[in-house]
Amino acid sequence: MEEFLSLTLGGVVSGSVYAAFALALVLIWRSTRIVNFAQGSMAAATTFIAVAVIDSGQSYWVGLVVALLAGLVLGAVIERVVIRPVEGGPELNAVIVTLGLFIAIQGAVALIFGVDQRAFVPPFSNIGYEVREGFTLLSLSPNTIWTVGAVLVTMVLLIALFRFTRLGLAMRASAFGQEVARLLGVRVGRMLTLGWALAALVGALAGMLIAGDVSFISPNFMDQLIVFGFVAAVLGGLDSPIGAVVGGLLLGLALSYVRGYLDDSLLGMAALVILVVVLLVRPGGLFSTTPARRA
Amino acid sequence: MSDLQTPAGAPGAASDDAPSTATAAANASSAAAGGGGRSFLPKTTLLRHLLVLALCAVGAVLLLEGTERSTNDQISRIAFYAIAAGGLTLLTGLNGQISLGHGALMAVGAYTTALLLDVEDGEPLPLAVIFLIAVAITAVVGALVGVAAARLHGPYLAGATLALAVGVPGLTLYFSDTLGGEQGINVRAPRAPDWFVDAIEAISGERGQGTKWLAYIAVVSLLITYFLLANLMRSRIGRTWRAVRDQEVAAELAGISLGSWRVLAFVVSAAAAGLAGAVLAIVVRLTAPGSFLPVLSLSLLTAIVIGGLGSLFGALLGSILLVFLPEWARDFGLEVLDMESAQASQAAFVIYGLLLVATMLFAPAGLVGTVRLALLRRRAARAAARADGG
Repeated sequence: MEEFLSLTLGGVVSGSVYAAFALALVLIWRSTRIVNFAQGSMAAATTFIAVAVIDSGQSYWVGLVVALLAGLVLGAVIERVVIRPVEGGPELNAVIVTLGLFIAIQGAVALIFGVDQRAFVPPFSNIGYEVREGFTLLSLSPNTIWTVGAVLVTMVLLIALFRFTRLGLAMRASAFGQEVARLLGVRVGRMLTLGWALAALVGALAGMLIAGDVSFISPNFMDQLIVFGFVAAVLGGLDSPIGAVVGGLLLGLALSYVRGYLDDSLLGMAALVILVVVLLVRPGGLFSTTPARRA
Repeated sequence: MSDLQTPAGAPGAASDDAPSTATAAANASSAAAGGGGRSFLPKTTLLRHLLVLALCAVGAVLLLEGTERSTNDQISRIAFYAIAAGGLTLLTGLNGQISLGHGALMAVGAYTTALLLDVEDGEPLPLAVIFLIAVAITAVVGALVGVAAARLHGPYLAGATLALAVGVPGLTLYFSDTLGGEQGINVRAPRAPDWFVDAIEAISGERGQGTKWLAYIAVVSLLITYFLLANLMRSRIGRTWRAVRDQEVAAELAGISLGSWRVLAFVVSAAAAGLAGAVLAIVVRLTAPGSFLPVLSLSLLTAIVIGGLGSLFGALLGSILLVFLPEWARDFGLEVLDMESAQASQAAFVIYGLLLVATMLFAPAGLVGTVRLALLRRRAARAAARADGG
């Protein structure tokens, strides 16, 4: 029972990071119909930049801000320079471009920062709270509270942006119908760039949080996370931000039980099985209502 | 949102917008086959391919005998990349299904070979039988993946197969008792038989052993695979795959069952990946999870995209790049930029990625496709000029 409780809490924590990552994928999918497979490499890059800042004597918080800003800039530049030409084209071309970015950025990170693992010190203690005499809840520590809290705050901010601001309305409009939005005076191109920038920022945050959770980073430490984020997003239907969050939490719980009761090395396979089952049974995600459409 | 989504038939939908799409090389090849009027080559496809096969075999022997041991080793590595890339180009170029899981399928073939060669006492099975078993097992795995993949398209398929590529190395850790865990399995490379040693001595006066025997196995596997794949691509089956890729609805109306043809493409492609893995196992003499990371699958994708999707020759060109480019990049990093070796070898991945992006932006048809399209366009322009003049 105690183990189950610990695994469940751990699942919620890692699930919230998957949710943040899935949210980044969904933001991009909604606006440009592209799955950004480079998201993991981009987040790894921003995390390494943050580590470089922290190593130079700055605090974690300066590093975090630098990482988020770096993500913002990276996302905007990538959308403007390489994604814009393939937007609206054949879907295979866009997939291949993001995969190209995937290896290029990962290679560049390894080239600049080296291939070795680096220690990453989280901002808060990773030691679990002692619930009662002799029972320490490993998965409930100051750092995991910070992780979940940071994801929650980000989501509230995003919802506020999309619900209550003119900018958010314009972004939703250009995602919903480009032609109509353009006719109504929305700068659709700018909105798409902004969407990518915001998504990259959320991805950068997820990178910092996952690095604090595992304590070690290497250039390909996000390889698994891009798959987990994708699975979480598909669970929620790729189109719905709420779905991405729920999908992330569900996946986090499922993988936490796999990790606890089976083995760490089976995580990837478990994610694959979940993904395939969901895609075969409910291709539109768990919450889809619209029937599959053929072009 | 419907207006944002590109129709499923967009890649190479109509022949006149082919230059803008990734699979133009595959389109053009069928067009070129129909347009050859005054050719000295045999008329039947099978005879023409046999002729090319014979020429390539002679060329391969000359190449292998004319070069040193280290080059022989590079040629064997080109061979296994090219086998896998050939299968992938059939799947992605001809049938429009992307797969990032071919590295994992290669792992299946490689581990099967390593386990079958690793017998305690007595002789292992003949190598050809081992290769066939590896191909068969990988094809079965491919069928399983293909059944799931047949219903997916574009980014969904890419994500699912990427999950496969990330998940399979984990399995080798979980079953570390049989599969050797992180260290992997050392492969006992097969010894060259006497007739081979004698034959090589008769040709070039050298002893044909070790690396040379392995290089011959790799090249023979490559030639057989490409001969079979080339015939398949030009057959009724290949045409059906193109129809499934380009016009789903029309193909279905013509009585083609989309799902089973997609699964078949996946099975054929997986079989090639299995053979590639088997060759990799004996050439590298080690199968370890570190060799089958997602970057392997992405490298294969790089090879076929740069070469030109749907073209076997393009896949071969891309595979040559996969072997030589990392070495040049590493040497450049070591000597010019004064880096450590492990770090410098990463430069290759940066170049792969940039090449992938640049190819998609500026020449989506790849090397072979772009050249072929230029030739076709020139021929069309000349024909038009003739028609105007006469």
